[in-house]
Amino acid sequence: MINVENLHKSYGSLQVLKGINTQVEKGEVVTIIGPSGSGKSTFLRCINLLEVPTKGKVIIDGTDITEKNTNIKKIRENVGMVFQHFHLFPHKTVLQNVTYAPIKVKGLSKSEAEKMGKELLARVGLADKANVYPSRLSGGQKQRVAIARALAMNPEVILFDEPTSALDPEMVKEVLEVMKSLAHTGITMLIVTHEMGFAREAANRVLFLDGGVVVEDAPPAEFFTNPKTDRAKEFLEKML
Amino acid sequence: MGLDFQQFIPSLPYLLKGITVTLQIVVVAGIIGFVLGIVLSIFKLSKIPVLSWIAAIYTSVFRGTPLVLQLMIIYFGVPQLTGIQIEPAVAAILSFGLNSAAYISEIIRAGILAVDRGQKEAAMALGVSPRQAMFDLILPQALKNIFPALINEAVSLTKESAVVTVIGVTDIMRRAYIMGGEKYAYLEPMILAGLIYYVLVMILTTLAKAVERRMRRSD
Repeated sequence: MINVENLHKSYGSLQVLKGINTQVEKGEVVTIIGPSGSGKSTFLRCINLLEVPTKGKVIIDGTDITEKNTNIKKIRENVGMVFQHFHLFPHKTVLQNVTYAPIKVKGLSKSEAEKMGKELLARVGLADKANVYPSRLSGGQKQRVAIARALAMNPEVILFDEPTSALDPEMVKEVLEVMKSLAHTGITMLIVTHEMGFAREAANRVLFLDGGVVVEDAPPAEFFTNPKTDRAKEFLEKML
Repeated sequence: MGLDFQQFIPSLPYLLKGITVTLQIVVVAGIIGFVLGIVLSIFKLSKIPVLSWIAAIYTSVFRGTPLVLQLMIIYFGVPQLTGIQIEPAVAAILSFGLNSAAYISEIIRAGILAVDRGQKEAAMALGVSPRQAMFDLILPQALKNIFPALINEAVSLTKESAVVTVIGVTDIMRRAYIMGGEKYAYLEPMILAGLIYYVLVMILTTLAKAVERRMRRSD
């Protein structure tokens, strides 16, 4: 459902992505790992056009989103994102954070949106926090709200950009648990992460990026036990 | 010699009526300044060069010339160019509104820039249009942060409004001056006028504190 062809991204003379090619099937859980500066986040951000590719194509459900006349808004409704630093709306309550886009973008009625929002908050274990403001939440709770907010648009794909990197260690687990509960429910997940345990247990595939290209693309069992390239071996030695 | 407030007691109601005149000018000019200030600040941050130039030139002209000059240009200039005589109060409202828009637009621009970039990205990632994101998500956060600076602007507008006296608007200041002329004693009415301005500003800042507390409930 997602086709990435020869994706390039440069900032001035700095080449971050140097020709990424990959396909992601519907419902797949793909983790993207690699050293910092390898272009993982940039790659992810090209998939919902938070970064505009310099060259190449990103085709989602048959639509090339890099075409000029593509309706980016429609694509983004269908491709959710969870950020490292949550980016909850601080002046809105937890429930309002979740219901804002369904009401404003999808045109759901307030009562429909709230019913769904409460269900989603229950799903991430935060039903009791519906009416508090984000400033009252822990990092882990904020990220779970951010996941509920992304789910509220009922997207086919969710992009996770280092969702646990800004969390205190004791809060990583609660967020990963929520992500695991989403995996293999039909929703397509692309996850940039440093959580090797998660990549090993929950993912269908691991993409190893280095220097702006996909260096390895393998099922986790294969990648973690038997990496083919020296660069991947080196990286894993440092990480594990 | 010394102060004799006694002689001004009969004309006290006259002086107090000036409050309505002053407030009318300040409130209407403040609203014009605020709305136009938002528009200008969005222009300044716009990717369309023409809009940001217009806003930049506007601000530099209104900040770069004296307020009393702008007031006189509008009061005397509009009739001269168009043949339409305008009320002094209208000229006052216009010039103060246009002038404060220049200052307010800079305050709002800074407020918008201070909102975390991630807020806009989060909105975009949800399919929210840039315009909706600005009005529902970015501006409310910006306004909360710049609220004290906006109140500062309102306070200074309240006090600066006293210059309308030069085109004959019978505001607090003008009335105090007329009272002084009547009795050949200026100090007492000036003290009274000063007290009125001070009380007005105190009321404004007290209200502002209450509003700010309410706005901070999400912190």
